[in-house]
Amino acid sequence: MSWKNVEYAVKLIVQVIMVAFTSLAADPSVVNLGQGFPDIPPPSYIKEGLAKAASEDRMNQYTRGFGHPSLVKALSQVYGKVYGRQIDPFKEILVTVGGYGSLFSTMQALVEEGDEVIIIEPFFDCYVPMVRMAGAKPVFIPLRLKPGKKTITSADWFLDPDELSSKFNSKTKAIIINTPNNPIGKIFTRDELQMIADLCIKHDTLCFSDEVYEWLVYKGHQHIKIATLPGMWDRTITISSAGKTFSVTGWKLGWSIGPEHLTKHLQTVMQNTLYTCATPLQEAVAQGLVLNYELMGQPECYFTSLAEELEVKRDRLATILQEAGMTPVIPEGGYFMLVDVTSLNLDLSHITDDEAYDYKFVKWMIKEKKLAAIPVTAFVGDESKKQFEKYIRFCFIKQDSTLEAAGNILKNWAKS
Amino acid sequence: IPKLSIKKQLDTMSYWVEFTQLAADYKAVNLGQGFPDFSPPQFIQDAFCKAISGGPQMHQYTRGFGHPPLVKNLAKFFSRIVGHDIDPLEDILVTVGAYQALFCAFQALVDEGDEVIIVEPFFDCYQPMVVMAGGKAVYVPLRPVKGSTVLSSGDWILSAEELASKITSRTKAIVINTPNNPLGKVYKTEELQMIADLCIRHNLLCISDEVYEWLTYDGAKHVKIASLPGMWERTVTIGSAGKTFSATGWKVGWVISSGHLIKHMKTIHQNSIYHCATAAQEAVAHGFEREYEMFGNPESYFKQLPAMLHHKRKKLALCLQSMGLQPIMPEGGYFMITDISSVKVNLNDQSNTDEPFDFRFVKWLIKEKGLATIPVSAFYSPEHRKEFDKYIRFCFVKVHSTLSVKDSLLQLLWKMGQRVTD
Repeated sequence: MSWKNVEYAVKLIVQVIMVAFTSLAADPSVVNLGQGFPDIPPPSYIKEGLAKAASEDRMNQYTRGFGHPSLVKALSQVYGKVYGRQIDPFKEILVTVGGYGSLFSTMQALVEEGDEVIIIEPFFDCYVPMVRMAGAKPVFIPLRLKPGKKTITSADWFLDPDELSSKFNSKTKAIIINTPNNPIGKIFTRDELQMIADLCIKHDTLCFSDEVYEWLVYKGHQHIKIATLPGMWDRTITISSAGKTFSVTGWKLGWSIGPEHLTKHLQTVMQNTLYTCATPLQEAVAQGLVLNYELMGQPECYFTSLAEELEVKRDRLATILQEAGMTPVIPEGGYFMLVDVTSLNLDLSHITDDEAYDYKFVKWMIKEKKLAAIPVTAFVGDESKKQFEKYIRFCFIKQDSTLEAAGNILKNWAKS
Repeated sequence: IPKLSIKKQLDTMSYWVEFTQLAADYKAVNLGQGFPDFSPPQFIQDAFCKAISGGPQMHQYTRGFGHPPLVKNLAKFFSRIVGHDIDPLEDILVTVGAYQALFCAFQALVDEGDEVIIVEPFFDCYQPMVVMAGGKAVYVPLRPVKGSTVLSSGDWILSAEELASKITSRTKAIVINTPNNPLGKVYKTEELQMIADLCIRHNLLCISDEVYEWLTYDGAKHVKIASLPGMWERTVTIGSAGKTFSATGWKVGWVISSGHLIKHMKTIHQNSIYHCATAAQEAVAHGFEREYEMFGNPESYFKQLPAMLHHKRKKLALCLQSMGLQPIMPEGGYFMITDISSVKVNLNDQSNTDEPFDFRFVKWLIKEKGLATIPVSAFYSPEHRKEFDKYIRFCFVKVHSTLSVKDSLLQLLWKMGQRVTD
């Protein structure tokens, strides 16, 4: 595999972020707002569903490779409603090991040696190694901040249309978008998605849309699926996650939805990599989806109730950060918040490691303040590092006690 | 829409998908696909339930390369067997089933242009995985010793000369599967030593698929090639919780090898799947803890499972013999293959004379007799398929289906008595 040439780069990118910071933050005395997983419990019916599934003989043995029948049928039902179109459960859906596994299957299936893939910065860190592993070249375009705004929200970050257009050429196989975005929390507007769609159609490019945070949308905003725009269904793979949907990241189930002529290649990859996903977990997710399908549009529906729960936490964290003198970027969606630490004026020039400012800041903060976050330059290419090195990322899908503990640390920080 | 290359049409024809669909369409008794029709043992089901109702961390991400309690228990358990101190964090990678372990091994260890020797008959995923890694598959078949009257998988052997003749300067690895699917052969120490000698002499890696390691019968002993001198540092051993604990649907597997090989597999894993499901790993960890204490004891599941299947295997063999078929008694594993060359039936199918005989026979058996099996030439390379197209594979890890099998086989026998030879 040609990617072997860049194995060093592959290891560097992924290891530094997750492995190093995870172990630093694993110290129990550290308040961990770094890695993106909930410390709040998943809904009880989802756990009960798993226990019930595991007690049935047949559910402990192999199921259909491309997705457990009851799960793909439930997905077809839920997403059929969301997309406003009939989705074939067997031909247009693939169940994978997390959203991560869907990204991998998509890249392996549809990206070739010598292709270019456009990645919008900041990006979920696995996109780059996966593009490289498929033998292709990542081409970056940064989201840019509109100047002069006082209250910063994720909506203030935009894609320059001319800059974006300049990244497309005859070698461009695909563009990856992530909406709601990790780490900024931006939700791409209809106009922005239309701009991307127009370019995809003009250059005959595919679109890989990572929508794992699709339900975590805050008041006043709407998540739009680029696959629903005219001309886009046939060229888009949309990726989702049970882990993010039901707060069960440890279940590692996700799915890709797309037209048969693209999905069938993802299914071939699946057949030659891990063949099938775990049965009882799929059965439990299926039941969770069916239950919430009935509740869609009602306040009890988990798809909306979780977002409401998280909006309160989002606002609490933003207030805590503002009181500490930092500038949070209020996210429109997702469960992360970027924070600009410039105004703290922390002089780290004494640390001579050849690392970006945010890496030094986070390591210092974990050690000195016992508070963990993730440095944002981990999510950008080399050329954009200067633009993002004053930002760190906090995760707020945490218990109130965790957020309050962070609050106490930050309160004392402001005083000192 | 952009054009996709031929590479992506890799193995679009999957026999499993085709035959599983046919079996479902004709509502056939499925003795084809390899999974138990009984539940995992109570102690492991209890462990899974306990994990599910455990703290919130049971439902969130765990360590990517393997849940700490699981890798710790795997290291403890297997160190004793391999005779080597296995480091839980460096020498083990947990994967989504043994299937993903195989994928990581081929991706990590096979480079563009490498040759990989595969011993036939082979679990069919090895070949496309070698191809996907840019390698070339080279085949060497197990061959039945001529003239033996009592047919056993032990009568099928690998010729040392034939194997040696397949090694070139481009050979990177040899893939073995013991106990073997579909044949059931359990390689003896001398046979593994022969392979080990070649690996050492030619500096080759050995990928050893040992998912059926606990399923050996009639005193056959499973030997780990990694435990032979000089082999630990060049062997990648693959295991499966699904086959170990009769829970194929949990999809938990692992690779155990020297750290310098594992680290490359970790990179592949980290950039493809990254984490495996937490609760299932927690349950398997408990399973191994219990089996560590019970090891060698009659209460051990690793003794009870083969004892239970021993009877199933005998029953199936007798049934097939009573029909005039020649089953090959497997020394290990989930499967039994049967020679069907003496069967005289009109397959009523003129449309597919290109297809190997066993494929056509299996389809006929599904449609006409409501019995699903798998044709054994599916486990052979295209170049050897014609030599081995007179066998079909049965899975006998079935408690509930056996009675109905007997009935439909008897029915078959009765019907066969009335057929004209083809």
